[in-house]
Amino acid sequence: MDFITFIQNVLNALQWGSFYALIALGYTLVYGVLRLINFAHGDIFMVGAYISFFVAGFFLGPLAGLSPAMTFLVTVPLTMVLTACVGVTLERIAYRPLRRKGAHRLYVVITALMCGLILEYSNLAVLGASRLKFPELIEKQIWNIGGVTLTNLKVMVIFTAIIVFLLLQWVITKTRVGMAMRAISYDKFAIPLMGIPVDNIIVITFILGSGFAGLAGLLFAMSYPVLEPFMGMLIGWKAFIAAVVGGIGDIKGAFVGGFLLGFIEIGVVMVFPSTFRDLFAFTILLLILWIKPTGLFGIPQSTKI
Amino acid sequence: MLLQVENLEVKYGNIQALHGISFHVNKGEIVTLIGANGAGKTTSLYSIARLPPPEAPRVIGGDIKVEGQSILKTSPNAVVKDLKMALAPEGRRIFGNLTVMENLKLATYAREKGANLEAEYDHIFELFPRLKERREQRSESLSGGEQQMLAVGRALMTGCKTLLLDEPSMGLAPVLKYELFRKLKQLNEEGMTILLVEQNAKLALELAHRGYVMDTGKIVIEGPSDEILANPEIKKAYLGG
Repeated sequence: MDFITFIQNVLNALQWGSFYALIALGYTLVYGVLRLINFAHGDIFMVGAYISFFVAGFFLGPLAGLSPAMTFLVTVPLTMVLTACVGVTLERIAYRPLRRKGAHRLYVVITALMCGLILEYSNLAVLGASRLKFPELIEKQIWNIGGVTLTNLKVMVIFTAIIVFLLLQWVITKTRVGMAMRAISYDKFAIPLMGIPVDNIIVITFILGSGFAGLAGLLFAMSYPVLEPFMGMLIGWKAFIAAVVGGIGDIKGAFVGGFLLGFIEIGVVMVFPSTFRDLFAFTILLLILWIKPTGLFGIPQSTKI
Repeated sequence: MLLQVENLEVKYGNIQALHGISFHVNKGEIVTLIGANGAGKTTSLYSIARLPPPEAPRVIGGDIKVEGQSILKTSPNAVVKDLKMALAPEGRRIFGNLTVMENLKLATYAREKGANLEAEYDHIFELFPRLKERREQRSESLSGGEQQMLAVGRALMTGCKTLLLDEPSMGLAPVLKYELFRKLKQLNEEGMTILLVEQNAKLALELAHRGYVMDTGKIVIEGPSDEILANPEIKKAYLGG
């Protein structure tokens, strides 16, 4: 294999890794704060993609009549806000009541699984099984740099993931909300003693996680413009595994895990037939967990985020 | 009267922990609740701090009033934010994964904007110079005494006017105990009201103006500290003869 193909594959790996990373951080944030694996998160990503579809459709349509580029600029924040609302609603109607009653964590995880299924099948019930075609918002540009082809969309996806990482890292380490999120993961008991309403911090966590899942949904729909109700399932599972391999509860872990999975997948396909991809990829991840069960950035004990 | 507990009856699950206790704290006072393990001292503080489940004790009778207003419907964060009462809990419960400075900063979460926080940090570091030296260190790496100082400092950074302290001397070497209690006295002289729960009765009574002795969910003796210290029964039961 030549050098140009290699670089091309690195770019593809970065793009896929970006999607995994953007979704993985939602798992990791919620886990860090609530010790809950929010299994509905992959479906929040799916909902985000659908929300962006309808938002974009509305602004392109006769009522608003914006240009595709303007539509894109409006769709990004609106998708994030609306998807965040879905995440917060889920926490409000599904997780919070259980928390109030002091339910065992197992029941909350099962609830999360059910919520994911409810999102999938309510989508199926309302919109039907037919796939939706996402409109083109940004005119596709293909750059050719020394034989390596690069699209503007791909570059945007990768940069978005990096910016989101830096932003979240700043929130977690520098702001008081971020400190509170880390503190909750260490000892929830003392949080109200600091005058901090625990529920507010939890809501902010869901806003961040779901908002960025919505952003991932939009970018994914732009990159692979076919939407269907189960599109969040496999990618959600993979992102979850990426978060665990990175060390769930740790932001760096989510990103490293996401990109690692992207590279392993593309790497496997470079050498083997593509049908081997997931088998090999997950075998490698299994080996990593075998050697370091807490994940790459994980610390044993409850001191993470 | 700043804080008034009236005939408070509290249950944990099906077990009654407080059987109608009454006590009060005046502004500017140091009041101590002493008694053996399981007497209901911590439960009293948790009730006042309005801790949420699963730690929450369930009030089944009586009332807790701050400046005449019942606080039974107040949220724990409002107790800190609006009533300016902060609890430094038993076992310190500092956030070990945060640095000393981050612990202090986090405590200012609910403070109104424009508060001169820098001066307050300086005041904490003046009280507890050791914390200043270790400000960028992860707080779980602190010694027990330093962690207790951080727990008190953190409570102070909430901007409280009343400090609720639960067993601050626990696990501290004698030198550190006396140092900490001197600082508490200094804080009180600066205007801080303190409600102190202690198993170390002698130490607590020497600091406090008034005291209450608790036994299995009831208050059995109350009065000025020197009277309690002089009480022969107390001497025998709590002060080692």
